[in-house]
Amino acid sequence: MSVSQAIDVDRPPPQARGWPRARIIGYLLVGFWIAFGFGIIAYLIGAWNGAFFARYAPAYLQGLGTTLALVVISMILGAILSLPVTYCRMSRSRFLSGLAYCYVYFFRGTPLLVQVYLIYYGLGSFRVQLESVGLWWFFREAFNCGVFAFALNTAAYQAEILRGAIESVPRGQWEGAASLGLHKLQTLRKVVLPQAIIVALRPYGNELVLMIKASAIVAIITVYDLMGNAKLAYAKSFDFQAYVWVAIVYLVMVEILRHGVEWIERRITIHLHR
Amino acid sequence: MPAQSIWTLLSWGPDGWSDDIAYGALVTISLALATLPIGLTIGFFVAWAKQSEEPSLRLAANIYTTVFRGLPELVTLFLFFFGMPILLQYVIRLFKPEATIDVDSFIAGMIVLSLIFSSYSSEVFLSAFRAIPKGQYEGGYAIGLSKWQTMRKIILPQLLRIAFPGLENCWLSLLKDTALVSVVNLAETLRNAGVAARVTKHAFLFYSFAALVFLALAILSSIATGFILRSLGRREAR
Repeated sequence: MSVSQAIDVDRPPPQARGWPRARIIGYLLVGFWIAFGFGIIAYLIGAWNGAFFARYAPAYLQGLGTTLALVVISMILGAILSLPVTYCRMSRSRFLSGLAYCYVYFFRGTPLLVQVYLIYYGLGSFRVQLESVGLWWFFREAFNCGVFAFALNTAAYQAEILRGAIESVPRGQWEGAASLGLHKLQTLRKVVLPQAIIVALRPYGNELVLMIKASAIVAIITVYDLMGNAKLAYAKSFDFQAYVWVAIVYLVMVEILRHGVEWIERRITIHLHR
Repeated sequence: MPAQSIWTLLSWGPDGWSDDIAYGALVTISLALATLPIGLTIGFFVAWAKQSEEPSLRLAANIYTTVFRGLPELVTLFLFFFGMPILLQYVIRLFKPEATIDVDSFIAGMIVLSLIFSSYSSEVFLSAFRAIPKGQYEGGYAIGLSKWQTMRKIILPQLLRIAFPGLENCWLSLLKDTALVSVVNLAETLRNAGVAARVTKHAFLFYSFAALVFLALAILSSIATGFILRSLGRREAR
């Protein structure tokens, strides 16, 4: 069949631009969202309070810094900690892999809030012992406890991401590298990891977003992060816009990150697209 | 107060706290179970809207998931718990001045968890939608079923089977998110464990207990879902 014949084939008639039910519902819903957005803007303009803004905007900025510091430090510590966990999880030894499995299962199976309480309030029960080892100064600060809990938690998730990514690289890659005379570490670094990173990037980005969102809970253990400052502002002023502003900041932050990760992913997989 | 042994503290009854925490676990389970049908239904419709041909429907659904997946769960909870009474009061005072509104933390938690759960489950449903070939719809239309009938009788049964493993993950994170509702004073597992910890000063003990309860719930649900998955597989094989 030639090209011209293929074009001659009757196309289905174009769909009628009427008002099918889906379009009515869609316009209604979009209209609802627009109204909602304008409602929020109208509320913020109506509730505008120069004194409130002057008083709490610097606190919010400081809180944003605390949130980012908490997330970045615990992500990095978690990444370091996830390496031995991944190693154990993938090792042939039943004992090591069982141990790592339990670690991962515990931290993925219980709420992060429980883990944070367990460390912040729970370790307080062992104050005498901790003082005798000289670690009490660390666990006395709510921020440190938050970082500790978050690092342990994200290490479990990151170990699973890393394991999934490494296992996604076919066995033949290992065998090929071995036949070239590379030893295991070289193979991992030069052959397997570059391929695994492409697979792992999106889950890592998701984990970062999840951590930023989860970091709001340290406000409950009296850390003055973004959410903590919002709670404080609300408790002092009973002005509901405290929470509206914080929601906007979180939403913007998460959206920027999400799009950033998508952009990086497009960049590093450019050789895979045709 | 004489120092009580740990076993007394963990016993069932007026001296111990096991009954309180068990009651809390019951609240946790009922909150999660009450959220599940609402979240699943909304999630299904959001996914349906996301894969529709109508751009305005897609846009509305995308805004929904962007908002509720982008906001931290705690912020959403506080927005609703503190914002809903203000809004409701404003509306109701138009008709009946002097009315006061108090939002039940169970209801607030249920609404917020449904919003979050539905925005995550909609992603799962969406990828399941994409796994179903177009011929299934066309077959349905060809034998004269309406759009809704095709969806209900042909697409939905396949969709649920494909989406099931992903929904299991959503369910597990829903179980964990219920712990957040303790912050607005719902007497669930974590809250009751916290009360026990404050009264008895055995914080580590009771928070570990709460962690074990959540772990047990996770294990129980993976046993249950494994069971469901096996029976689904058996039906498919027939």
